[in-house]
Amino acid sequence: MSVLIYAENSKGKLKKSSFEAASYAYSVASMLNTDAYAISIGEVSNEELEKLAKYGIKKILTVNTAQMHSFVNQAYASVIAEAAKSLSSDVVVLSATFSGKALAPRLAVKLQAAYVDGAISLPTNDGAFTVRKGAFSGKAFADVSMSAANKVIALNPNSFPIAENAQPALVEAFAPAVKDTDFRTIVKEIIQAADKVSLPEAEIVVSAGRGLKGPENWGMIEELADLLGAATACSKPVSDAHWRPHSEHVGQTGIAVSPNLYIAIGISGAIQHLAGVSSSKVIVVINKDPEAPFSKPPIMVLLVMLLM
Amino acid sequence: MKVLVCISNVPDTTTKINFNDDKTSFNATGVQFIINPYDEIALTRALELTEAQGGSVTVINIGDPSTDATIRKALAIGATDAVRINSVPRDAFFVATQIAAYAKDQGFDLILTGRESIDYNGAQVASLLGEMLDLPNISIVKSLQVDGGTATLEREIEGGKEVISCPLPLIASASEGMAEPRIPNMRGIMSARTKPLTVVEPVEVPNLQNIIKFEKPEARGQVKLVNADEVNKLVDLLHSEAKAI
Ligand SMILES: Cc1cc2nc3c(=O)[nH]c(=O)nc-3n(C[C@H](O)[C@H](O)[C@H](O)COP(=O)(O)OP(=O)(O)OC[C@H]3O[C@@H](n4cnc5c(N)ncnc54)[C@H](O)[C@@H]3O)c2cc1C
Ligand SMILES: Nc1ncnc2c1ncn2[C@@H]1O[C@H](COP(=O)(O)O)[C@@H](O)[C@H]1O
Repeated sequence: MSVLIYAENSKGKLKKSSFEAASYAYSVASMLNTDAYAISIGEVSNEELEKLAKYGIKKILTVNTAQMHSFVNQAYASVIAEAAKSLSSDVVVLSATFSGKALAPRLAVKLQAAYVDGAISLPTNDGAFTVRKGAFSGKAFADVSMSAANKVIALNPNSFPIAENAQPALVEAFAPAVKDTDFRTIVKEIIQAADKVSLPEAEIVVSAGRGLKGPENWGMIEELADLLGAATACSKPVSDAHWRPHSEHVGQTGIAVSPNLYIAIGISGAIQHLAGVSSSKVIVVINKDPEAPFSKPPIMVLLVMLLM
Repeated sequence: MKVLVCISNVPDTTTKINFNDDKTSFNATGVQFIINPYDEIALTRALELTEAQGGSVTVINIGDPSTDATIRKALAIGATDAVRINSVPRDAFFVATQIAAYAKDQGFDLILTGRESIDYNGAQVASLLGEMLDLPNISIVKSLQVDGGTATLEREIEGGKEVISCPLPLIASASEGMAEPRIPNMRGIMSARTKPLTVVEPVEVPNLQNIIKFEKPEARGQVKLVNADEVNKLVDLLHSEAKAI
């Protein structure tokens, strides 16, 4: 018995959400009286991997072959399943990132495991192993009891605090056999805005809507985001009108975020928008209309002002 | 090209959510149900592809007879035929097992789902199906082109996108941008009534997890109004009270 995390990286650096997963796994392992391990896939240095030790991970397997340098969910799921088998891990924790969500269900099938997507709580210690997740697009929670012997949990970014539990850790190369048919998808190109704070992981999000009147007014949004070290986001009509890229669109049909601070500027707070942002810890609304629907759901601060 | 589109029947996006007294089931009284918005995107793209390149589009739903209205809407939008697996969906694993059991020997070139259902928000079914059918699957796809036996897809990633090439058959989950949903026209609505809708009984599925309770979030702290000429007060609130900056 043990707990395994998939430590996801971005361009060779472990993601913040991987440290959250490590901290979560350490808590689960303590509850089960066992140890927490990690598997890393891709081009990550041993020095970088050793950072996981600080959060309670005892052993880190690394698969760093050229074939594994770009993300193929099928192959990654196979590798993680092999790691879980070789370490007798019955609980696997990963982050509910785009990649995490794409591979976790495959992993769950391979391990015949129960699976909770987007977990926001630790499992209960009552034998039922109940984990809470969001449902109905932010309008409810579902408590899921994981009855199968093996369990896969995809943890929502920003929903579990990073906690230090330093101990010595061992990094070991791992070389599982992966079938050729796992590599049918080929990554041709990655197009990514450089140096931007990743939206799903950001602790502060500065988001703007139709109230901004046009793309030429986004300078102040980016400036504020820079000052706060925040990611930028927008409402759906803004990306539909190509004022901002679709990758910034938050809400029911866009990305769901749960930062510590969400700043909504010139956004009315329609129910579909709230669906993606309502689990933010604090929401600041900057709007000329004190009756904007945003003010009805649970919000902490409302600043009423005219932007221009 | 033979395409299968998985459609789920979900409460309309503006619906107030309520649960029955047992706290484990959704109270559907007075609720308007719709095709999951992402599934509508998937369906539209499937129709665009088959209209241009030839082929058929089958829609599949796991649901009881109450979902027939949603299935007929998919037929009205333009699907060729429909299959309903006659069972109340228990969870994504149950749904995927039913779809895999139906699809395994049907020779579909493309199986499309939505990126997630807006009720359970699992984002699971496409990847589960991929593993069950041993097919590649690509999640959260913003663009899907098919050229002969190969597809080119754009997948959403943090802060950007990945361009992927993959041979058919494959499974993809549709996101915003893949297509603009279509509104059914009168002719579509008329012909939908006579298009084939086959009802199939479910296969047995092991129970790996159970939703034991739904709960609505508690209302959080009060709204505090700050006027535009008191920006310092906002900074203060965020700093000392909310500890957010
Ligand atoms: C199926 C479906 C899915 C959807 N999914 C999403 C989704 O995922 N995300 C999403 O965001 N929307 C979504 N929508 C759309 C949603 O219903 C709203 O239409 C949208 O969120 C409104 O965007 P907005 O707040 O930017 O614009 P508006 O509603 O036009 O609001 C603009 C706001 O700016 C304020 N304002 C204007 N001028 C100023 C000024 N000078 N100073 C200060 N404030 C000002 C106004 O008071 C107003 O509150 C969806 C809709 C449907 C039907
Ligand atoms: N009951 C169902 N019947 C058919 N397809 C479904 C059903 N539930 C979910 N799906 C499909 O699976 C996708 C993802 O659902 P989920 O994994 O629940 O987020 C949906 O967008 C649908 O395409």
